[in-house]
Amino acid sequence: MKFGVVVFPGSNCDLDAYHVIRDVLKKPVEYLWHQEESVSGFDCLVLPGGFSYGDYLRCGAIARFSPVMSAVVEMASRGGLVLGICNGFQILLEAGLLPGALYRNTSLQFRCQFTHLVTENRSTPFTGLLEPGRVLKIPIAHGEGNYCVDPETLRDMQERGQIVFRYATPEGETTPEANPNGSMWNIAGVCNERKNVLGLMPHPERAGEAALGSTDGLVIFQSIIRHWEDSR
Amino acid sequence: MKAGIWRDLGLKDSEYEMIVALLGREPNFVELGMYSVMWSEHCSYKNSREVLRSFPTKGERVLQGPGENAGIVAIGDGLAVCFKIESHNHPSAIEPYQGAATGVGGIIRDIFTMGARPIALLNSLRFGPLSDLRVRYTMGGVVAGIAGYGNCIGIPTVGGEVYFDRCYQGNPLVNAMCVGLLEVDKIKRGRAAGVGNAVILVGARTGRDGIHGVTFASEELTAASEEKRPAVQVGDPFMEKLLLEACLELIDNNDLVGIQDLGGAGLTCAASEMASRAGTGMEIELDQVPRRETGMSAYEIMLSESQERMLLVVEPAKEERVHSVFRRWGLDATTIGYVTADGTLRVRFGGEVVAEVPARSLAEDAPSYCPEYREPAYRQAALQLDLSGVPDVTDPAAALGALLASPNIASKEWVWRQYDHMVRTCTVVLPGSDAAVLRLRGTGKGLAMTCDCNSRYAYLDPYTGGKIAVAEAARNLVCSGAEPLAVTDCLNFGNPEKPEIFWQFREVVAGMSEACRALGTPVTGGNVSFYNETNGEAVYPTPTVGMVGLLDDIELRCTQDFKETGDLIVLLGETLPELGGSEYLAVLHNQVCGHPPGLDLEKELALQKTVLAAIRRGLIASAHDLSEGGLAVALAESCFGKCLGASITVSSSGLRMDQLLFGESQSRVLLSLPEGNLAALRALAAANALPLQVLGRVGGERLQITVDSRLLVDLPVTVLREKWQEAIACHMK
Repeated sequence: MKFGVVVFPGSNCDLDAYHVIRDVLKKPVEYLWHQEESVSGFDCLVLPGGFSYGDYLRCGAIARFSPVMSAVVEMASRGGLVLGICNGFQILLEAGLLPGALYRNTSLQFRCQFTHLVTENRSTPFTGLLEPGRVLKIPIAHGEGNYCVDPETLRDMQERGQIVFRYATPEGETTPEANPNGSMWNIAGVCNERKNVLGLMPHPERAGEAALGSTDGLVIFQSIIRHWEDSR
Repeated sequence: MKAGIWRDLGLKDSEYEMIVALLGREPNFVELGMYSVMWSEHCSYKNSREVLRSFPTKGERVLQGPGENAGIVAIGDGLAVCFKIESHNHPSAIEPYQGAATGVGGIIRDIFTMGARPIALLNSLRFGPLSDLRVRYTMGGVVAGIAGYGNCIGIPTVGGEVYFDRCYQGNPLVNAMCVGLLEVDKIKRGRAAGVGNAVILVGARTGRDGIHGVTFASEELTAASEEKRPAVQVGDPFMEKLLLEACLELIDNNDLVGIQDLGGAGLTCAASEMASRAGTGMEIELDQVPRRETGMSAYEIMLSESQERMLLVVEPAKEERVHSVFRRWGLDATTIGYVTADGTLRVRFGGEVVAEVPARSLAEDAPSYCPEYREPAYRQAALQLDLSGVPDVTDPAAALGALLASPNIASKEWVWRQYDHMVRTCTVVLPGSDAAVLRLRGTGKGLAMTCDCNSRYAYLDPYTGGKIAVAEAARNLVCSGAEPLAVTDCLNFGNPEKPEIFWQFREVVAGMSEACRALGTPVTGGNVSFYNETNGEAVYPTPTVGMVGLLDDIELRCTQDFKETGDLIVLLGETLPELGGSEYLAVLHNQVCGHPPGLDLEKELALQKTVLAAIRRGLIASAHDLSEGGLAVALAESCFGKCLGASITVSSSGLRMDQLLFGESQSRVLLSLPEGNLAALRALAAANALPLQVLGRVGGERLQITVDSRLLVDLPVTVLREKWQEAIACHMK
């Protein structure tokens, strides 16, 4: 199974995603320059965090016009696996692959801290290995992660299992205090209807080694690998 | 030329006469502008150069000392660490967000210019009291600016310090430090070598921003300073990210002869310094310089401090390759001239020669002054501290609470949670401990880094204050398990033309030099920031010490948090009858006076050797330097990380209670360790003739301090932690 990490001008978590896949999970991985027009040969694409094009406009609004994005959209429509982390999530929203939008954090400040997540849907390609009730400790680092969607769509998403991760206390309670950015319904990550595209604000690639304070991010990548192996 | 016009540009009459003598004629206006910026204090160090010579700058590991864009120190495995600190005080006073952001941008360029990949940022910030609305605005803007730049470019901001004092009310200090990593054989220097080589300007277009920024940095702040807002530049971290990646790619391929960033004094500085270092000249065609707007004069183009620009010197054969790399990164790169043999910086614009001066005369020939110096009148009075007029502490628990809520001691989480301190996934000790620690991938090693200065000590006794700044930085590194390597310093002072200020400067540098020699940590570079005054009032002398240390084994890193119930708590070092210059006196008695604590460098060295050896042998569970707030505060801080209680018993042995609990005697470290390791620690301490006291144990949910069998402090850790954690956030609401 081969991963591709897409590099936009201004991506800065590309190295971290690459490192965790290659050095921790020991899986083949390559960088994909934003001007690439083909993504053939890749089984899962990671859109990493960062500040694509400086995010001077709406986050991700320019990156979604990169040549590589047509290929990403095409791959998603064929059911290929796409994981957008932080800025990558913002780009997936701008590209229309996921519903909703991300506003500025209610604090109006950037926040870098560990958060705790509960999983709403364990039957996606990204969450298949998660035990029931497991709380993940994974850090965030963003200024615009306040997820919002209209109430009707939210209800549909809830029914279809598109809400994947929610911010919670270390004990797994989805309280207002556990919400770091004001996201609706404590939402931290969502997927598309088909469940092959996941976007989340927390950084699983930063929680891949004990030295970094948590290894809870690995299970997301391991689930992806298991799903791919099972589907062969 | 209009008589006296040089004075408006910040040049003295005697300096103008020197320029005339150097050129053998009167300079034209463009040339005069170029000399005025290059001979400003900011670029030429004309007031400080002689004094700075007393710093030790050499060492086995030092690959690059002062004089280049940043210092470089070898760390084994063919790797080296490159680091530097620089001030952006005046711009931040006027326009906090952009002032601080461009300070970060500038220091990052200094690091990758040397061929190093920037891996971490730190900063040292000083503001007035948080009760002041303008101070809160300034601090909010500065922190957001640092976050805005560092987060976007993707370099983690991992540490630093924040202090508050009335002396910084109108003139905050914003010192930014960057640390980079490089292979020893890839070091680059700012040299325009090779006659005929192309001179390429790359990055942002040149605009009218920041003209005379360095001149502005070399005068006092007054009410009129608000009008200098055009001298503050605007940062573009996205542009810098592209520049960083493109330049490192070129350096990695060995495509560059020389490289330097355009910072203070813009193109004038980069061109003249690069030529001067190589003993060459340079010919520049200003018509080729990409500009942001039409109608810019030669003067403006040469002096613009537009950010995110680099000057490169490239062999003609590699010119096209270099341009193609920049094209791929979407950057404007233009060949604007070439290197010449005649030592002259010749500038053409619109078909005419608009400046023609010896490059060396700009970069090297600025006058050097030995300003007068005199002990300030305030000092003798300030050193007086009559403790008979200061009642001893009656409620130590309340005093501890007050100290933990003092913004100087309180948690700085409100600040660092706005910084991405994790990106690049190498930060293994996050902000909040004595020093940040980063792992070096693929080596098993790590780097520890810190910024430190207690300016109150430096105000009361500049010599001792300078010594302590160095010693405390080294102690912080040692507490994290690192061997201190070298120093970069940011010397923030008032107007050096005032003899009292220059006296402070000389004393501080002498004290720092002594400590650097004793601790084996040479100075590899830094920055002097004078004229930190508002309406004639100077800031405290503030010699910020940035220091980097090496951990041979990253697994043997240490933090300040107590780890296990039942561990013993041990104090290394000696508590002396000292209270002068303490945070306790300032907070509880509103006094800044007395002799700051003494520092015996031999004892300091013995302490650091013992702590480092103990950590390297795996004996220690936690280590925390005793600083502001003394023993009681250090103890409380060690409880906070894992919310573990502690119970200790001490004897006053002739000390006042306030000295015992809150005095700031130097060369002390608080350790915790499993009981089984105590004998080994005792042996180490004894070998270094270091006093060791077992104080008590980790455990429970309360912090309990018993003195002479009286239980004086008995509070839940959560109560203390809340005061400490919420103090700054409450002010900033």
